[in-house]
Amino acid sequence: MQKPSKNTIIYTTLAIIFLIIAQSFFDDYTVRILNNIAIFIILATSYNLINGITGQFSLEPNGFVAIGAYVTALVLLTPEMKMDSFQLEDPHPIIMAINLSLIPALLLSGVIAAGVALMLAYPVFRVRGDYLAIVTLGFGFIIKVIAINSPAWTNGAIGLNDIPSLINLYWTGGIAIITVIILLNIIYSKYGRAMKAVRDDEDAAAAIGVNTMKIKTYAFGTSAFFEGVGGGLLAILLTTISPDLFQFFLTFQLLIIIVLGGLGSMTGAIIGTFLVIGGSEWLRFLDANINLFGFDFGAHPGLRMVVFSIILIIVMLFAREGLMGKKELSDIFKRKVK
Amino acid sequence: MILEIKNISKSFGGVHAISNTTFAVKKKQIYGIIGPNGAGKTTMFNIITGNYKPTNGEVFLDGTNITNLKNYKIVHCGIARTFQSIRLFKTMTVLENLMIGMDHDIKYTYLESIFRLPRFNKEEQKSHQFATEILKNLSLLEFKDQLATSLSYGNQRRVEIARALATQPKILLLDEPAAGMNHSETAQLATLLQKIRDDYDITILLIEHDMKFVNHLCDKVLVLDYGKAIFEGHISDAIKNKDVISAYLGDKKYA
Amino acid sequence: MDILNFIQQVVNGISVGSMYALIAIGYTMVYGVLRLINFAHGEIMMVGAFAAFMAMGVWGLPLFIAIIIAISFAILTGVLTDKIAYKPLRSAPRISLLITAIGVSFFLQNTINVFVGGTARSFPVAPFFDKVITINSIVFTPTLIIVPVITLSLLAILLFVLHKTKYGMAIRALAFDIKTVSLMGVNSNQIISLVFVIGSSLAAVGGIFWALSYPILTPYIGIMIGLKAFAAAVLGGIGSVSGALIGGFILGFAEVMFVAFYPEAGGYRDAIAFIFLILVLLVKPTGIMGINFEKSRF
Repeated sequence: MQKPSKNTIIYTTLAIIFLIIAQSFFDDYTVRILNNIAIFIILATSYNLINGITGQFSLEPNGFVAIGAYVTALVLLTPEMKMDSFQLEDPHPIIMAINLSLIPALLLSGVIAAGVALMLAYPVFRVRGDYLAIVTLGFGFIIKVIAINSPAWTNGAIGLNDIPSLINLYWTGGIAIITVIILLNIIYSKYGRAMKAVRDDEDAAAAIGVNTMKIKTYAFGTSAFFEGVGGGLLAILLTTISPDLFQFFLTFQLLIIIVLGGLGSMTGAIIGTFLVIGGSEWLRFLDANINLFGFDFGAHPGLRMVVFSIILIIVMLFAREGLMGKKELSDIFKRKVK
Repeated sequence: MILEIKNISKSFGGVHAISNTTFAVKKKQIYGIIGPNGAGKTTMFNIITGNYKPTNGEVFLDGTNITNLKNYKIVHCGIARTFQSIRLFKTMTVLENLMIGMDHDIKYTYLESIFRLPRFNKEEQKSHQFATEILKNLSLLEFKDQLATSLSYGNQRRVEIARALATQPKILLLDEPAAGMNHSETAQLATLLQKIRDDYDITILLIEHDMKFVNHLCDKVLVLDYGKAIFEGHISDAIKNKDVISAYLGDKKYA
Repeated sequence: MDILNFIQQVVNGISVGSMYALIAIGYTMVYGVLRLINFAHGEIMMVGAFAAFMAMGVWGLPLFIAIIIAISFAILTGVLTDKIAYKPLRSAPRISLLITAIGVSFFLQNTINVFVGGTARSFPVAPFFDKVITINSIVFTPTLIIVPVITLSLLAILLFVLHKTKYGMAIRALAFDIKTVSLMGVNSNQIISLVFVIGSSLAAVGGIFWALSYPILTPYIGIMIGLKAFAAAVLGGIGSVSGALIGGFILGFAEVMFVAFYPEAGGYRDAIAFIFLILVLLVKPTGIMGINFEKSRF
């Protein structure tokens, strides 16, 4: 039914052409922001799978991104670099033993994040989705506690430096494209249908034969996998990571992205990423010294976050469907043809 | 006997919703459960379909004990249901609603769907065809690609039945299928149910308040009152039964 | 560990547990009436603590008035949150309500941050509270005694209100079936506001206790304390007020004892609540008091 459609091929080709042009001709600052956007597209679309498509409110991204970033960083650093940078304790023998190249490193990040997700999913989904949000919120903090308190694995609060900067737009953009295609393949399959059924009416879905716990676990594990991969990319973009980097703000940004774009729409998540990450750069002036009509209002760090939270609340109260609702780009074209 | 209910009791925090009820349904029967409001009819459905675990007693389907199976597994064993208040998936088309019912029957793995391996297309096509066939049989084909919740009330009820049929059940449980329908719609429904029974070789168990409908359709009825079975047999005998009459007279609505 | 040290830890545990219990009640009651994990509840506690800090530390008001100011601010925050952000979403999908709650939580943290700055403030603890009393080498401060005594009295009053007054019974009825309550002729929005008033004022008291015991305030204290109090509420059985008390005490004890027995693993103290939460979900999701909200889905 769903062979790679003409649309998929067209969009993918356009995206690749854009990547080649951007990487070759754009300045460093722009390329860095585009890298960031590509990573956030991976994070936002996969976050949308559990929150928007499956309707299970989760606050997991910062925890899994942290796991992914640490795993990728640790396996990319050579043993000598690890010996150098681990200051609090000697690195654990397992950490010393593993040294991989980028693609296996990213895959390992994803697999470990997904594995942890499955362990969390079991107790939560055995009941109902209600506690998922608080368990995942707590999980983000626990990851930080563990990272700080396990110097042999993570170098503690100091974090990891000199992570090889292997970043370029082909990696980030390419993986973003693959992620979106995979997620769309899931959504337009029996698994995606079952996820939407769980979102629409979980009890009815179970009562007509859907194993809802399994479906929720698939969605959560898949989100975690791509968040792990995205975390790995973030590590090579930043080249320095520490436990403080993966605060709840990261999750909050992603939440705004998918809510603004429309919970349940992958197109919306992509548009939302451009708006929020771009807008975030633009709103930086809010955190700087504010000078209005000659009055100096002083610097108010955090004002940007106030604005973000107000946007989120307003969208929820007055425009719950966001920009795209649950529709994808292809749905809109279909309607026009009719 | 395709369905056997043996000594089922269910209490909620000390309140007995059903006490010690036993009955059995023959293959291809249309069997009605009737009784005043709050008699425990829907609770009985919820026990048969595994949404509640009974405090006591057992449920057998085709001789297999299904009492302790999870609700979705009972569907896979061959019991499908509709709901008293319509519970269609509101963001999905009619066809998609049916394909949720076929979830268990569509055989490809998660990875096969991610990489669009050959079995994905084959299975999707097969299930698409099967769902379309059901829709055709229930004269719903024209609504195939419309949002299920945009249909008229009567058609939504039919989609619920179609979705239950899509699970390929041995028994269909219908919770007040004629509720909210007018006379001609009710008559149509009765014809449809008979057709379904014959076409799909299926047993039907239904809860209904509309006595004409029950009288016309059901081979046998069970009368529940305050969670107890007070009568089992032909509807014509039920109307003459003293217990049944007093149970209904006690409830003003049917006096 | 000798017996005196153990008693010392028990005293500390009761005090910490009391604070968790006070905050957990707000979670449990709001969950009861709205089926909502009110993420903003930890921030309501934080607002209370900051109001007390401003009243005492900045305006130099006495503790008694500071408490009243703190409770008023917390109530105002709680009730306004409900009226502005939650009430319009009563019939919306539950996920919308949860997202809004997290938005409110983030909004409160950062608004306070903009006004008072993110640097830690030290709470002005009157010398009286830190006066050390030693009995048999067990160290007491007035705080250690006052906190549990006030907590238990407040809970006794709350349980009385819930079980013996008309409004209390309406709250309990609402927790089990919103439809029946509307039929009973009780205005459910009024009752929900009342729940926010009760929950927020107890949270403010909890916040002040927290500030007296750990006198360092940042706009972000609400997240961690709120998370732990929620875990305590789930442990005790979400929806149950006495469950919140039991859960709070168990969590408080567990944390204090863990640090006492394994001082070298003290960094993991904050992980205990999380482990409890997971264990409860695995073993008995309805918690110790076992309230089941999942009846009658069809």
